Amino acid sequence: MFAVEVNNLRKEFFRRDATRTHMRKRRKRVAALEGVTFTMERGECVAILGQNGSGKSTLVRLLSTLLLPDGGTATIFGHDVVKDSRPVQRLVNRVSVEASFFKKMSSEENLSYAARFYGMGPTETREKIPKILSRVGFPTDRMHEGMEHLSRGMQQKVALARALLTSPVLLLLDEPTTGLDPRSKLEVQDFIREVRRTHDATILLCTHDLQEAEILADRIGILDRGKLITLAPADELKEQYKAETLEDAFFSATGRSFDEEDEDAERGVFA
Amino acid sequence: MSVIPGPSASLRHEAVSFAGVVERNWYLIKRYGWWELAFFFWSLANTLTIVFIAKGIKAAGGHIDVNRATTTLLIGAVIWSFLGLVFEFMTETVAWERWEGTIEYTFMAPIRRPVHLAGVGIFAVLYGVLRSAILFVVIALMFGLHMPNANFLAAAIVLAIASISFMGIGTMTSVLPLISPEKGAQLGFIAQGTLLVISGVYYPVSVLPGWMQWLSTVSPATYALRGIRHAILDGAGITSLWGDIWPLIIIGLIAFPLGVWIFKQGEIYAKKHGKLKRSG
Repeated sequence: MFAVEVNNLRKEFFRRDATRTHMRKRRKRVAALEGVTFTMERGECVAILGQNGSGKSTLVRLLSTLLLPDGGTATIFGHDVVKDSRPVQRLVNRVSVEASFFKKMSSEENLSYAARFYGMGPTETREKIPKILSRVGFPTDRMHEGMEHLSRGMQQKVALARALLTSPVLLLLDEPTTGLDPRSKLEVQDFIREVRRTHDATILLCTHDLQEAEILADRIGILDRGKLITLAPADELKEQYKAETLEDAFFSATGRSFDEEDEDAERGVFA
Repeated sequence: MSVIPGPSASLRHEAVSFAGVVERNWYLIKRYGWWELAFFFWSLANTLTIVFIAKGIKAAGGHIDVNRATTTLLIGAVIWSFLGLVFEFMTETVAWERWEGTIEYTFMAPIRRPVHLAGVGIFAVLYGVLRSAILFVVIALMFGLHMPNANFLAAAIVLAIASISFMGIGTMTSVLPLISPEKGAQLGFIAQGTLLVISGVYYPVSVLPGWMQWLSTVSPATYALRGIRHAILDGAGITSLWGDIWPLIIIGLIAFPLGVWIFKQGEIYAKKHGKLKRSG
């Protein structure tokens, strides 16, 4: 059984058009994901590269049951993300680009709240929270401070702790190091490696950091305008596109430079 | 990989999740303590402006039993404040989570929606009862109100039964920010305002036009207000309040499951249209 099996997955959104017909603004259908198909083995780390608006976050949100697909299927350890969403929710957790916490609540309170939804009672969380915070390099003497007083790097460490507290077998990392200072970025990357070694977790990493993808992932996929163009180990990818670097391979595969924004990114339909 | 727990583990999971929602709301109340104090002061001032009306009528030459009229208005104002708080909490099930950015984490977690919504509702009712009781006592003492026959236990039972309906209607309105992230929370005021007009909060329902009186028969607030007033002003017990209690039970049995069903439809809509996210 595959850890993740995605078959011909499609998702469309409507986008407001500036032009009007009969006093109503026209709405344009935009494909966020078009026939995406791939599989992941248990314990594997797959990185999905793509520009802003390429559909990375849509893929993560579909796998985490926050979106309903317009076509195709996705299963997590055999459980369909639509028909069997509850078991999927037990198996999956996520770290996104924004740490997303109740700002006035402390890291301990935020983690307790998250853990309760996964059936962890007060005794269990009292024991586990300080341990997991130490593991991610968060000073436990600050766990009673409001989240609003913590730096962005600290908050992201708490976000990692939140994801791992529930022992997910599939970890969805949606640009987890974007906006972090170099030191925090390295710490988070080290921790992701450690999780892979010690946790038996399957990891889907969506990023636009090419180096991060190369050092962390077993295979790298290129998602461009909702289409998964390729998925292969970094070396094979470079060979496939006869490129020296991953950036060159990306350029060859998509015909565009990596820093270029997708024209649809601004309106946020893919977010 | 099997992740389906047995019945007892599943029940425990739901109980822990329920407690988690209640606990989270308690943390937020603690952390926003000064805001709560400010809101309480606002409720106090608002209630005072209403209960002074009875004294005002007497001062203007009207013939009125000031003690009874003031108590009647006070009950209306306190129940209105209670209702507003329950609705506010229920509507914020989505709106607050979206504002804080936690909405995606909450909605991807393995918690059943009825358990989630009941957790929010029960906390709102408990906190609302506490706040309303303080408001009632403070103003009753300020005005030196006499309630020699009051049956507070019967009034509390009526309020408890009515709260199920209030939670149900609150759940229906809480779906609005899910469908319309920009204006959904404000739309909830329409439901609240309608209840204010038709339920006889400050006047008897009999003064309303016929069509409004018909609407008042489906509002749980009508029965709650009438029952609580009857219990506090006339000392009515559960038996004589039965005429107000049974409609509340029926409305409650319909309103909460209907509210959860409407919320579920809203959640499906939001998942189809990508609205279940922090930025809307």
